[in-house]
Amino acid sequence: MTDIEQLEASILDDIHAAADEAALESVRVATLGKQGSVSALLKTLGAMSPDERRTRGAAINALKDRVGLAIADRKAVLKDAALDARLARETVDITLPVRPGPLAEGRIHPVSQVIDEITAIFTDMGFSVAEGPDIETDHYNFTALNFPPDHPAREMHDTFFLKPKQDGSRLLLRTHTSPVQVRTMEREKPPIRIIAPGRTYRCDSDATHTPMFHQVEGLVIDETTHFGHLKWVLEEFLKAFFEVDEVKTRFRPSFFPFTEPSMEVDVGCKRSGSEIRIGEGDDWLEILGCGMVHPNVIRSAGLDPDRYQGFAFGMGIDRIAMLKYGMPDLRAFFDADVRWLRHYGFRPLDLPSLYGGLTS
Amino acid sequence: MKFTLSWLKDHLDTDASLDEVVEALTMVGLEVEEVSDPSAPLKPFVIAEIVTAVKHPNADKLKLLTVDAGKGPVQVVCGAPNARAGLKGVFALPGMVIPATGAVLEIGTIRGVESRGMMCSERELGLSDEHNGIIELPADAPVGMSFANWRGGADPVIDISITPNRPDCLGVRGVARDLAARGLGTLKPDPLQPVPGAFASPVPIALRFDGDDTPCPIFAGRVVRGLKNGPSPKWLQDRLKAIGLRPISALVDITNYLTFDRGRPLHVYDADKLTGTICARLGKTGESLLALDGKTYAVDETMCVIADDAAVLGLAGVMGGETTGSTEATTSVFIESAYFDPGRTARTGRRLGLNSDARFRFERGVDPGFVVAGLELATRLVLDLCGGEASEVVVAGQEPLPNKVIDFPFSEVKRLSGLDLAADTIVATLEKLGFKVTGSGDSRSVAVPSWRPDVHGKADLVEEVVRIVGLDQVPATALPRIASVSQKVLTPLQVRTRRAKRALAARGLVEAVTWSFVAKPIAVLFGGGGADLELANPISADMSDMRPSLIPGLVAAVKRNADRGFADLALFEVGQVFAGDRPQDQSTAATAVREGNAGLIGGGRHWEGSAKPVTAFDAKADALALLDALGVDISRVQIVRAAPNWFHPGRSGSIQLGPQTVLAHFGELHPAVVEALDTEGPIVAAEVILDRIPVAKAKAGRGKPALALSAFMPVSRDFAFVVDDGVEVAKIVKAVQGADKKLIGGVEVFDVYKGEHVSAGQKSVAIAVTLLPTDRTLTDEDIDKVSKAIVAAVQKATGASLRA
Repeated sequence: MTDIEQLEASILDDIHAAADEAALESVRVATLGKQGSVSALLKTLGAMSPDERRTRGAAINALKDRVGLAIADRKAVLKDAALDARLARETVDITLPVRPGPLAEGRIHPVSQVIDEITAIFTDMGFSVAEGPDIETDHYNFTALNFPPDHPAREMHDTFFLKPKQDGSRLLLRTHTSPVQVRTMEREKPPIRIIAPGRTYRCDSDATHTPMFHQVEGLVIDETTHFGHLKWVLEEFLKAFFEVDEVKTRFRPSFFPFTEPSMEVDVGCKRSGSEIRIGEGDDWLEILGCGMVHPNVIRSAGLDPDRYQGFAFGMGIDRIAMLKYGMPDLRAFFDADVRWLRHYGFRPLDLPSLYGGLTS
Repeated sequence: MKFTLSWLKDHLDTDASLDEVVEALTMVGLEVEEVSDPSAPLKPFVIAEIVTAVKHPNADKLKLLTVDAGKGPVQVVCGAPNARAGLKGVFALPGMVIPATGAVLEIGTIRGVESRGMMCSERELGLSDEHNGIIELPADAPVGMSFANWRGGADPVIDISITPNRPDCLGVRGVARDLAARGLGTLKPDPLQPVPGAFASPVPIALRFDGDDTPCPIFAGRVVRGLKNGPSPKWLQDRLKAIGLRPISALVDITNYLTFDRGRPLHVYDADKLTGTICARLGKTGESLLALDGKTYAVDETMCVIADDAAVLGLAGVMGGETTGSTEATTSVFIESAYFDPGRTARTGRRLGLNSDARFRFERGVDPGFVVAGLELATRLVLDLCGGEASEVVVAGQEPLPNKVIDFPFSEVKRLSGLDLAADTIVATLEKLGFKVTGSGDSRSVAVPSWRPDVHGKADLVEEVVRIVGLDQVPATALPRIASVSQKVLTPLQVRTRRAKRALAARGLVEAVTWSFVAKPIAVLFGGGGADLELANPISADMSDMRPSLIPGLVAAVKRNADRGFADLALFEVGQVFAGDRPQDQSTAATAVREGNAGLIGGGRHWEGSAKPVTAFDAKADALALLDALGVDISRVQIVRAAPNWFHPGRSGSIQLGPQTVLAHFGELHPAVVEALDTEGPIVAAEVILDRIPVAKAKAGRGKPALALSAFMPVSRDFAFVVDDGVEVAKIVKAVQGADKKLIGGVEVFDVYKGEHVSAGQKSVAIAVTLLPTDRTLTDEDIDKVSKAIVAAVQKATGASLRA
């Protein structure tokens, strides 16, 4: 074995023995560095004859190249190993829990969501959204709606009154959203198409009644709208709201002071246990009241009932929310039990629309 | 109102089945509440024969029976005197419910002998009051058969709810009329058959109202003498029992029967107990009446009463008196038939808290054209059931017939209902309901029958026609679209309300809907509680006043949840608050409440770092984020230390555009308020009044301003100022921003320090300033220059020194 071969074998041993990049660098310095063993061999060339230098020089340079390559190879291996070691070191327990974040924790109350759904449907049919105050006058809540003076609804038994004023008059909490009909007719010229969702109040508190609840009123006033239109609007609404292809409806004659003719509407449903499915089955479920606006109401709002006509309807928002989403108890709507709100509430980005679906 | 199918068929000639009747009732607007089969409870009972009957070994009055109910002999102990071998009767097995008591029959041991069933009396089955012995059936009754099936003839009971506008259907005949009009059969004729008077009425009557007879426009009556009162016949008792009334005596049962058959309440007085003239008049304070319900009612001037010369005999239209009523001993009666003003009758009944079948009808309006006819009908029934002879009829006043006639253009039917009906159909429908149609052509005169006080005008006639023809006949008609593509319809406030809810929910808050009313002391705490917002009839003291703020309702909700074991909550509500009782005093608030450690990242402990208790800054962040979401430029709002006094004075503030435009309050609740709300802190709240946000000016276009992007690197420099503790950081930030408005693009406060490294009463505020060059890269000199300007500006504004 030549001295070069001996040196090479020794260097390659050192390279393979280098456990990390620092050790490898030491080997490089000890071989290819200025004071290194390979460099020292090269320095010996100067004292040689040209012939000797030619053969000996080629051999040393070849050694230098091989050593360089071996170091580079080893370096690559050590780098990979170092990266592997780092990755292993950096490993975390990805099963640790993260916080869900505000978007996952926030909720929209079902009443708000259902009002948004109702609004999406009716605005598509050309309705706008009207509002009125919760504290109403006897005029708007009763008289202008054709309630006779002795109507039982005017009694303390049903209606919340505020304390009488000096002049004996007393305001009340609206018992229905119908006062918005009159306020709208006074404010706007026909054609009118509005819905009016809002809070309503009655002196009632038991298993199925709460002193405060939500209604949505609908009103159309123009010169042509008749009962056939009312039927269409409500049927279209019910289909869209309950997200079913067909609904059966049954319009039954009924009585409200502010409509004539008046009807109650039943929707076809299927009951199994406590569950009610709209759009299937042979049972009926009363869902809303409606009718053609009474001539006296049109007149009391300053319009001519021989020229203007239209329909009105009123529906319990909480009630249709319960029917659609299956809440069993109305009282829970106003209890703010966070377990209920998280269960029945909606996500902040559950935005009902007709193009994206009321529920998605 | 309840009636039976056979009762209906007294007035309606029809072959219709029960289902068809129910369907037709529903479709004409007489809502069917319930249909019940009175024989249903009797179905399990079977016909059985007593095979043997011997004396009970241990009791003289009891017998030991062997009963065959079709399934072999059964041993029964029986006390009935008529129990004997060979008798066929009705047998109850253990486990069955005895109708009269509702109790479940069990296997018993009577005087040491087991009894495995019961032979029933009529009373036990609810058939009658007969309890002297067990039921005896004919010898051919088949053993083992259901007693109900064998008995047959069960008359279904129909319960309908009558809307307040239809007093005519508070009698079976009125219901029959509607069904006949619907085509379910023919209304049977009902010719008036007056009973001739055999003698002059010995009881004089009078109306005494000082000229205004509206409380009682007609009062009619007559005497029947020589009669014999007693139990009414079975058919009448069965009718009354079927609808839940207790038969009392023939005279009483007749008045009850006519109340339900014709909607015609009557009253029968014992003529021998009357003194002088019977009159209708207003009551007098101090008078009272012992009514038929056994209670005494005080009378006043607002009430109409019936009285004789001695005393008040009855509350007109509501209830008669106990002392002048008929009894078993009565032999001479005065029958009263009158019309009482609906409104006054209703008020009297409400005032006294007194309900009756008579009041129910009078306050809705009985047929004013059936006062005398009803009297005749009653007379005939009295004569038929009790005998005697009738006097002549005496009448004071006149039947108040409205005689309404409506000009009715038939085109109204199409105009309002959309239904195209032939004139003949309209006429026929109205006439079947008792309307008289005269004239010809497109518009006719329609006379309204006296029993329809609800029909006033054209729209009512349209309803009558459409109701009977069928609402289901009206085709659904599409409402024409107003615009090809739906347009924006929500008002700015409506848009804000919706957006506020989504924005707050997106910040992790859960939406609650709480009552619009709060307890008065709570309302007072939050700036409300005025007399103008106090309910006269709250449902409870906790719900007495309209809420001035959403905070108390939300805090109460947080507390309820905490009491259930769910603390650290973030709740919000967007809803109405009330500053007064006028419409303009109602505004919409969006309010966020955070309690415990329910900050934006979520509450509770966590391995990455547990949540910290909420502070005023959590509320401030909610308020600003909400305003930002609602389009308010929050770089321009003012934060001022002036919040309402339900907030902690040192840890709260308001957000305003100017002193006149306060948009929101935020902060930690005042410790005293937290205590008054019976809860514990920390609780922070942000309340934004949505109405107060100015509506943005309409812009000509929807384009946004051009975006100018600089090509040069931004540069950041940090400064630490030492200032007196009382100096507000906003003042430093404002001074920095003013030092070079063109170059300074951002100011961040990244540290506020108080402690051993600064003097007492001072704090160090560390600020990072971002410089945004627009025309060239900044040189060291440029930066040095602006730094000096910043330091000088802050020193001038606050007296700060650069921290060493």
